[in-house]
Amino acid sequence: MENSTLISIEALKKIFPTSGGKFTALNGINLTIGKAEFTGVVGPSGSGKTTLLNIIGSLDTPSEGRAVVLGQSISDLNVKQAALLRRSKLGFIFQSYNLLPVYTVFENVEFPLLLLKLDESQRKKMVLESLEWLGLTDKIKSKPAQLSGGECQRVAIARAMVKKPEIVLADEPTANLDAANSHNILKTMVQLNNELKTTFVFATHDDKVISYLKRKISLIDGKVLKDEIIKN
Amino acid sequence: MIRFLFKGIFRDRQRSLLPVIVATIGVMLTVTLFCWLNGFLNDSIELNARFSTGHVKIMTAPYAKHIDQVPNDLALTGVDTLMKKLKSDFPDITWEERIHFGGLIDAPDKNGETREQGPAIGFGIDMLSGDKSEIGRFNLVKSLRRGRLPEKPGEILISELFSQKLKVNPGDTVTFIGSTMNGAMAMANFKIAGTISFGTIGMDRGSVIIDLKDIRSVLDMDNAAGEIVGYLPGNYYDEAAASKVVRRFHMLFPPSNDEYAPTIVTLSEQNNLGQMMGQIKQVGGFVVFVFVLSMSLVFWNAGLLGGLRRYIEFGTRLAIGEDYSHIYKTMIYESILIGIVGSITGTIVGLTISLYLQNHGLDIGSMMKNASIMMPAVFHARITPLAFFIGFIPGLLSTVAGTALSGIGIYKRKTAQLFKELEA
Repeated sequence: MENSTLISIEALKKIFPTSGGKFTALNGINLTIGKAEFTGVVGPSGSGKTTLLNIIGSLDTPSEGRAVVLGQSISDLNVKQAALLRRSKLGFIFQSYNLLPVYTVFENVEFPLLLLKLDESQRKKMVLESLEWLGLTDKIKSKPAQLSGGECQRVAIARAMVKKPEIVLADEPTANLDAANSHNILKTMVQLNNELKTTFVFATHDDKVISYLKRKISLIDGKVLKDEIIKN
Repeated sequence: MIRFLFKGIFRDRQRSLLPVIVATIGVMLTVTLFCWLNGFLNDSIELNARFSTGHVKIMTAPYAKHIDQVPNDLALTGVDTLMKKLKSDFPDITWEERIHFGGLIDAPDKNGETREQGPAIGFGIDMLSGDKSEIGRFNLVKSLRRGRLPEKPGEILISELFSQKLKVNPGDTVTFIGSTMNGAMAMANFKIAGTISFGTIGMDRGSVIIDLKDIRSVLDMDNAAGEIVGYLPGNYYDEAAASKVVRRFHMLFPPSNDEYAPTIVTLSEQNNLGQMMGQIKQVGGFVVFVFVLSMSLVFWNAGLLGGLRRYIEFGTRLAIGEDYSHIYKTMIYESILIGIVGSITGTIVGLTISLYLQNHGLDIGSMMKNASIMMPAVFHARITPLAFFIGFIPGLLSTVAGTALSGIGIYKRKTAQLFKELEA
């Protein structure tokens, strides 16, 4: 584990109301994640890994306990503050890429920077840099429909990385990719983790992803079953 | 950011083309209907003003009360003095004496016996004094179908339809049979100088136009006139200006005990024209309201469908860090752009159609063969300065209102469900 703590979770519970009563998705989670970690929350469907990622990403709030991300308690954030945290410090990578179809690769990657209100020359520099990391400089003017699945996911990573976030949250990032593309994507993320010291947190049950993790947090029924450092 | 959004709108045709087309059609219909209603109102007012009401009209009170019966026994007398006073006190107003009358026109055979006969509505107007203003106001030169205009006393014009009914032609002599101002029988022969067609069904069926001096002589109305009509400067009816004339008239001619003293009314106080003007304005407002409402519903639905189609986009934007209100605002900006583009396009198309209708009109004469009211057979649209802007009300208001309603759904999105939704 690296030094400074970016994510601190204490006695975290998340309870969802259901028609028959309530469902406890997370049940007393305690963990910390430090800078430049390459961590995966793994477990079967329904184990609570996506709920945990949602709370870390300020997309949801704890029912009980405390989640502090980059010094900010998620429970205390209002909607605008949560959006600001996501906009400025967090990057998201989705299973199905979720690129905006009418925009080019350049414009898709540029979008988070527009929300940060950076000037045009700065945006251009950062977008080109991000696309260079991902090896997409020849696809700048392409639309998502003209790209392969692997290329789309690389664009999604470029979009997540362009603002150089402190934390990147990736929910099943390789689920729609074949083995070769999955390894390429994961190698790229490892490289970014090493070079930029960005913290990556995955929610996954894909063995290919797990094989690249430096830390694996296993969840079962909303509880941490095992938290292990993996030495490759 | 705005540029980024606009790029999206222009590239995504479902997001731009359909709403722009809907806005364009709505605005076009609004503008065209507005101009059409304006034209209808203007044509009707202008027609009534020219032939019947003037912009203001002076009569005796009893004549005004029974005006439908054209009671010339209640006509104004001493009109020479009255006209002099009117011309000096209201120098901007054009005053004209007129005599409306009814009677029979009898077309005799070779032996002088009645061959054909028909009821006539007559207009006694100044045609021979050298002042051509009434000839111009009745548009007699362009309305002439056969023959010529009267050039000397004893010559008349009759409507083309009437001439066909009576089987008479220019050059033939007909007999007018009516009653004098004093109630005696009046009978006089006139030579038909020409036939006319006004394009106004009510007037074309049985009208006769006789020079004012001739009809005065026949009806014993020397120095008398059924009515004196006044026209405002520019020949354009302005309710406020007409009311001002009426107020001034009342100051100069205060109410007296003489029941035959002259009284004045404005155009809108005659022939239910004021009511018609009010109703048409109300209809105009209603048209705009209906289009705003119906287009808002269309845009609401389009917005809801667009929202479903753009569900992933909005979800991604929320996840990336855009807040609800910013997404909502961008949707409103998009709708404003679409509203402006649709309004401009719709206004251009609507004005083009209206311009055509203003110049060429729409002939509805065949639909009005049996109409008894005085209405033009050809209706023109009329483009007013307001027509350039009226379309922006439904165009902008409905797109923004529809989007504002449909966009409320954005606030109901649970960010926590984003991953689930996005992965679905």
